[in-house]
Amino acid sequence: MTQSNRTYPEPSINMETEAYWAAAKEGRFLLKKCNACGETHYYPRAICPYCLSSETEWYEASGTGTIYTYSVMRRGDTRYAIAYVTLDEGITMMTNIVDCDLDTLAIGQAVEVTFKPTEGGQALPVFRPV
Amino acid sequence: MSRSSKAYIAGVYEHPTRKAVDKTIPQLHAEVALGALQDAGLSKEDVDGYFCASDAPGLGGMSMAEYMGLDVVYTDTTETGGSSYVVHVGHAVNAIAMGKCSVALVTLAGRPRAEGVATLGSRDYGNALPDLGFELPYGPVITNQYGMAAMRHMYEYGTTSEQLAWIKVAASQHAQHNEHAVLRDVVTVEDVVNSPMISDPLHRLDCCVISDGGGALVIVSPEIAATLGDRCTKILGHGEAIKHLKSGQVDLTYTGAVKSGSIAFEEAGISPADIDYVSIYDSFTITVLETLEDLGFCEKGQGGKFVSDGNLISGVGKLPFNTDGGGLCNNHPSNRGGMTKVIEAVRQLRGEAHPKVQVPDCTLALAHGTGGSIATRMGSSTVILGRNDA
Repeated sequence: MTQSNRTYPEPSINMETEAYWAAAKEGRFLLKKCNACGETHYYPRAICPYCLSSETEWYEASGTGTIYTYSVMRRGDTRYAIAYVTLDEGITMMTNIVDCDLDTLAIGQAVEVTFKPTEGGQALPVFRPV
Repeated sequence: MSRSSKAYIAGVYEHPTRKAVDKTIPQLHAEVALGALQDAGLSKEDVDGYFCASDAPGLGGMSMAEYMGLDVVYTDTTETGGSSYVVHVGHAVNAIAMGKCSVALVTLAGRPRAEGVATLGSRDYGNALPDLGFELPYGPVITNQYGMAAMRHMYEYGTTSEQLAWIKVAASQHAQHNEHAVLRDVVTVEDVVNSPMISDPLHRLDCCVISDGGGALVIVSPEIAATLGDRCTKILGHGEAIKHLKSGQVDLTYTGAVKSGSIAFEEAGISPADIDYVSIYDSFTITVLETLEDLGFCEKGQGGKFVSDGNLISGVGKLPFNTDGGGLCNNHPSNRGGMTKVIEAVRQLRGEAHPKVQVPDCTLALAHGTGGSIATRMGSSTVILGRNDA
């Protein structure tokens, strides 16, 4: 099985995160920041982990960043690259790097968000080299 | 000098099995409990405190206390993954010092090998997990998570696969003398870096074994220790910490050992230079390298140089580690390596390690556990132990 055959499990979605996943289905990538302390955090929460304020708000993120680290899984049926990407907004998130030659990945490489369908029809934010 | 200790490790036992096809998990818990009590010279009627983690079937410690027929007035089921049992040592000291119990039993057991637990799947900790939806779809398994940590450490500090391999080489040098070890063949740096790549940059031989079995500890008050002889080991310091992804301010080049280690060293009143032997949780080679840096055995980023050229091999290097072969070669029961780390440290301090790996005049030892994942959230715990006359 190659990278292009990879299937993505369904994310668990709850009332704290449904806006994130609804936006992803529209091709929009959201982050959450706190209006009390101004900090963007990840993963998105109803309560700000910096100051515990509930004044958190979604905003549309740039969708661009750089690879902080990655690892290509070479065992099992499907090769895939798990990674942490540092976004221009300053947070670092777990993701996959897709649509590229996995043997050419590098830390510091510029990437941009794209979306892949999950097994259940949700859209999952992933990243590809710019 | 003789240091004061609020509690002592009086009994230890490591189950000899590595594949428990014909035993249940409760049975294994009871067998290791009996082994540690016999080692201490105590009976189950002496036990008034019971400590376990989620490998023990049932709600907290209740089902296992019932299975083993324990009559306890104190229980602690703190769960920090594979480091739980190192945490339990510290918590048992506190409970004993507060007079809440006087003989604490800690047990671990499991049979992932007999049950054929897959290593490629993501672990399921329940749907209420807030992080679940933002990680599980990306396929984080144990190996690629630790691979990401190793990759970043290499990027920032120039650490190499050959340097990581030295950690496995040292473990294999020790494991050849352990008749119970899963892997007893001595390997070279070339063997490690030429073994199949699992998830970049970790090769098969950078990964620990999967094994069944378990272990147990008996921790007692100073008054009881005084009746049991000089095989009792002092518990001089303990520290623990949770490290996580810090709301997106991710740094995978260090572990919770930065905090747990400094707390433990401060409590013990000693420094890394005083330590004769270390047991370091070795789920992967990178786990050991980052932990040694974080505990202060070398500067941050210098772990690769520190572990090279046999520096962790007993009788060869300056810091003998995991003389039982560790999780990399000997045993990783229930995918939880903290228990066996404490056990081998006690063997060293008693002078009961295998003669080929026994550290001469071993007086002060450190055991460290890392639970969860160094690439997401982890529970770290460090204990500093001393020989009976330390």
